[in-house]
This record gives sequence, structure tokens and C-alpha cells, in this order.
Amino acid sequence: MTKVTMTVNGKTVSAEAEGRTLLSAFLREGLGLTGTHVGCDTSQCGACVVHVDGRAVKSCTVFAQDVAGAQVKTIEGMANADGSLGVVQQAFQDHHGLQCGFCTPGMVMSSAALLAENPKPTEHEVRHYLEGNICRCTGYHNIVKAVLAASGQDVSSVAAE
Amino acid sequence: MYDFEFVKPSSIAEAAKALAADGAQALSGGQTLLPTMKQRLAAPGTLVSLTGIAEMQGVCLSDGGLHIGGATPHAVVAAQAKPHYPALAALAGGIGDPAVRNRGTIGGSIANNDPAACYPSAVLASGATVVTNKRKIAADDYFQGMFTTALEEGEFVIEVRFPIPQKAAYVKFNQPASRFALTGVFVAKFADGVRVAVTGASNDGVFRWAEAEAALSADFRAEAIAGLVVDGSDMISDLHGSGAYRANLVKVLTGRAVSAA
Repeated sequence: MTKVTMTVNGKTVSAEAEGRTLLSAFLREGLGLTGTHVGCDTSQCGACVVHVDGRAVKSCTVFAQDVAGAQVKTIEGMANADGSLGVVQQAFQDHHGLQCGFCTPGMVMSSAALLAENPKPTEHEVRHYLEGNICRCTGYHNIVKAVLAASGQDVSSVAAE
Repeated sequence: MYDFEFVKPSSIAEAAKALAADGAQALSGGQTLLPTMKQRLAAPGTLVSLTGIAEMQGVCLSDGGLHIGGATPHAVVAAQAKPHYPALAALAGGIGDPAVRNRGTIGGSIANNDPAACYPSAVLASGATVVTNKRKIAADDYFQGMFTTALEEGEFVIEVRFPIPQKAAYVKFNQPASRFALTGVFVAKFADGVRVAVTGASNDGVFRWAEAEAALSADFRAEAIAGLVVDGSDMISDLHGSGAYRANLVKVLTGRAVSAA
């Protein structure tokens, strides 16, 4: 076991990790941040997406020791300072961008990464960017609508409720 | 997965030393190696991460070619290669999904040489040079069959040097679940001829389609390959497509790539 230190949601944190400890396990079991979900554990589904140094990555396919010292942001770091929902989270709630909610942490983290790169994406760009995030409930329409709304675009004419 | 010792050197020399040890395995972005280790198909004693080596990061123009550090993630190549070699940038921007592209690297992709990976086709069609910690290897000598390369024990890719063609394009037919290429074709037109490399189709991994190269070197139009026949009898046959289906894709995608170049 090795002591691994990184900055998670703005706080410097440390926990013990083996070589094989995945970042997803480090966050959930080492730090108790269970908002990051592990869906497939094979890097297909995207439920475990977090940001490492500002880039979206699948935390089930990164070793914790390989990102020691990095700036990590998880779903727990997405709310505003006063505890209210962040822009992307609020848009998911407003537009019913979730049903069971299991994929939502990864969806929110990937969507936030998209909007950081591309502040006004088209519907096609949203769908394309989220192709590594799988949702088995919604059929994606309201997720796409939520992301467009979070970007400040008018979604009143977007179909599919 | 089984546990291992993790080391993260900060220079090529330190990495070479660590990889000279018995049971040591190089780790780049890990987007293939981690799933492989989870299935216990690989169980290295020591993993040597190559992602902390500054000399192996980045894209730069040099001697008229494009040099890409072995540990450069696909997303960085997609962004930084775009003004210089747009077809290569587009290929990098189409691998996997955005999160995979933020971790997976060019060196990792060509060291693994998955028969359906995208990058080997670009390296082979461009006639690129693979620079390792020990030597320089021409693309034509580097790829040696499915999951097989010229890399020896303890040898790793520190840079790939691409000549820049006059025209080029990569077109792949996605396997929608894995986002690997069911079949993909990279066409590159140079002053002295055309090179065509095919991934995803052959049981021997990436290969050059010599007949198409000859036809396209004489006449760089999709129509120039209309009369060619691709033999599918030794191509990959699986639940996603038969060998004959892939053989047809090789021809169709080559035509599309020529038109797009």
C-alpha cells in the first residue's frame, strides 16, 4: 500500500492505495465519495466519469497512483458554494434528464466537460460528445435537452418530453 | 485484477531502466491494458507508467514532418495536429469517446497493435517512423501481425514521426458498441505515390493494399479502384461481419477516403 495524495474538489486528500486501486475505488472507498458510480467497470458506460486536471476521464480505467498529485473533480464538486445545484445539475432536474439516476453523475461530468470546450454545442454535438455515456432509461432526449438548456440555449422548440 | 508494483518515472532513461526488469510492463493511457488486466489476461509484476515523461508529450513540426510524443493522448493530437495533418487529427478525434481520447495515447495504441485499432493505419499509410528508446523503425517493418510489433522486451515508443502527405483521409465503419473500426482505411497521397492501409479487416492486422496503391498512384479517383477485387477468404469473420463483408468494406471505404482526401 502506498499513500496517495491528490486534490479532490479543491481539497487536498490522502488515502492508502494498492498499485491496482482504480481511481473510482479510491474515490468511493478511500475517500467515501460515492457519487461517482461504477456501472460496467469496463470503460463502456461512462457512469464513473470524473475530471482529472480539467479533462473528463473514466475513473474505472485509471489507476489512482497514476493521477497522484492531480486536480480531480467529482459530482460532489459540481454544486454551488451555497449547496444549490450547479447549472448542469439544475438543467438535468428542470428537463427531467434522468429517471433512475444511475448514469447521471457521469452524464453531468461529461456534459460539463463538453460545455467547457464548446459553450454553445448543437444538438448533434451534444449527442456525439455523450456517446461514451450510456443511459438505459431516458432514451437520451431529455439529457440532450438539459445540456442544451445548461448552455443557455432556448430549448422550448426541442421535441421529446 | 492481480496487484502489482506501480512506478512512474519522469524521464525516458528512468523508464528504460525500470522496463529492463523481469515482469515489467509499460503502461501508457491504459484504455486497453486496464480492461485486459481486469480480465486477468495480463498480470504484470511491475507497471511502468509512461504518462509522467515530459519528453514523450506533445505534437510538433520538425524537418517538414509531424512528430508526436508516444504518450500524447488522442484528444491532444486531434486538437494540435489539425492545422498540419487534418486527416491524422480527424482519426485521433474519432477514436473511442471523449473520455477515452483524454487518456489513450498514440504510443499505447501502436504498441498494442489491435487489429481493429485506428492509429496503425495512419502510421502505415503515412510511411511514418516509430522512434523507440533503442532505435528508429520504419512503419513497414514495425507492424508484424495481430497484436505483434517489432518492439522487443523493454522497448517502448517514445515518438512517431509522420511525413505529411499532399492529400489524405481516413474513413472507418464503426463497430457501434466498441467504437473500434469494423474496418477502416487510411489513404495518403505523396508526390511519389499513394499508400493505402487497412485496419479491422485482416487476421494479420493492419496491411497495405498494394493493388489499390498502384491504381491510385496512376489515377487518384475513387473510380480507379472500381475494377479491383478484394479477397475476403482470410479476413476476420465474427458476429459483426463476415470476411466477405469486410472485403467489400475495404473497397467501399477506400473509395470514400479517396473522395474525401
